[in-house]
Amino acid sequence: MNDLLAGLQSAIGLILHLDHDLVEISLRSLQVTISAVLISAAIGLPFGAWLSVTRFRYRRLAIALLNALMGLPPVVVGLFVYILLSRSGPFGVLDLLFTPTAMIIAQVIIVTPIIASISHQSMRDLWFQYHDLLISIKTTKWQRMKALLWDGRRGLLTATLTGFGRGIGEIGAIMIVGGNIDHLTRVLTTAIALEVGKGDFPLALGLGIVLISMAILINLTIHILSRTEREGTW
Amino acid sequence: MVETILPVELNGAVVRKGEKIIIGPLDLSIGGTGCSILIGPNGAGKTTLLRLLHGLERANSGAVKWSARKNEVFSRQSFVFQSPVVLRRSGVENIAYPLIVRGVARKMARAEAEKWIDEIGLGDVGRYDAHVLSGGEKQKLAMARALITKPEVLFLDEPTANLDGASTLEIERLILSARDKGTRIIMATHDFGQARRLADDILFMHRGRIHERASTEDFFDEPKTEEANKFIRGDLLL
Ligand SMILES: Nc1ncnc2c1ncn2[C@@H]1O[C@H](COP(=O)(O)OP(=O)(O)OP(=O)(O)O)[C@@H](O)[C@H]1O
Ligand SMILES: [Mg+2]
Repeated sequence: MNDLLAGLQSAIGLILHLDHDLVEISLRSLQVTISAVLISAAIGLPFGAWLSVTRFRYRRLAIALLNALMGLPPVVVGLFVYILLSRSGPFGVLDLLFTPTAMIIAQVIIVTPIIASISHQSMRDLWFQYHDLLISIKTTKWQRMKALLWDGRRGLLTATLTGFGRGIGEIGAIMIVGGNIDHLTRVLTTAIALEVGKGDFPLALGLGIVLISMAILINLTIHILSRTEREGTW
Repeated sequence: MVETILPVELNGAVVRKGEKIIIGPLDLSIGGTGCSILIGPNGAGKTTLLRLLHGLERANSGAVKWSARKNEVFSRQSFVFQSPVVLRRSGVENIAYPLIVRGVARKMARAEAEKWIDEIGLGDVGRYDAHVLSGGEKQKLAMARALITKPEVLFLDEPTANLDGASTLEIERLILSARDKGTRIIMATHDFGQARRLADDILFMHRGRIHERASTEDFFDEPKTEEANKFIRGDLLL
């Protein structure tokens, strides 16, 4: 209980003083995860739409695989990216290991299947309603995807926010490929782990509260922004 | 119009689902102008036949032949479904969509759709989300969306099921005005009154086959088959 109170106090203190390190770490967290989510959405949403409107032989298998990829253990993803980017790895020459870019790459691998799978589920339901009409008016495949992406944008927003939530709280992969280097790759989650390791629970808790507040704030902002469209029942 | 896509002909066409024959084998030719109406009990295969003609179902054997090249045929016909499919957009956007799909500039498509909003008497409601519309309004929306491309053939699957008398008459007015502009109407209905009001000829379906085809008057006054006779009298057809 004392720890909790102290944590709250230290969180408020950190925020009120706009603690330099805190601001830097928070911004890096946001930078890494927002970049990763934008890239993942750019891949995952069109893929989800494509999967909804396309019949092919191993479609069910592909969907099952996609759902399985949602549960990829981040540590393993981190390890995988680490091996690829390490000096002796195939992409070693790019010298990306222990940079924010490496962290973004790892998060893209974790977040893309989540966005693709959740958005596919909502667009598949929409496709079920639209199917006959869109075939009747001779839409091209691209027009069908566009209709699902546009008319289903609510569900896509949810999918994207879910991906963001997963990314912002993720630690296993970015710890491995980022290395938690001060002023370079340290983000909120890795900083928390470090402070816990050092036994500074109030600071760790303070960072944790900042992390949670940030996640809630982003979700609320986007929710309010999308509401301004005044879209009624969906 | 360069050349007509009609007549459409079925030659021994069969639609099967699994082992079960849903319709056919059917031999049929529909051409000319006017309004043909399919009637028959539930499950007779009316919807399946309309979908087959429109290319939404494939013939498992036999053939469907239109009188023009394939890629032209389906862009010159429209289909209104029994339960209207409404896109998650405004009424105007719904009606404009087929034009936009055909590459008409958004602005022009919307202007054209606005005319239809007035034509079907939707007024301001047409600017809202189409999902808030009543069943009758949705069906009128679907009619306008089907007609905006000036189809040569219009398929209608029970377009007035679940609608009250006034809405039914409004839909019928749209159908008749399309017919008068030269659109060939092919529709299914359970409403005998409607069939008498609209049809030039009747196709009576039962168990996936067309048992009788006759002018509307002949069909209702002196049906030739026992099944049709029973059906008109309201007896159960088993
Ligand atoms: N995908 C399918 N799989 C199996 N059976 C089907 C399928 N589609 C249709 N049927 C069957 O085909 C028969 C004809 O259906 P259809 O919808 O064409 O009848 P209908 O004349 O339009 O009936 P209603 O008046 O009730 O609309 C029905 O018995 C239906 O159960
Ligand atoms: Mg039917």
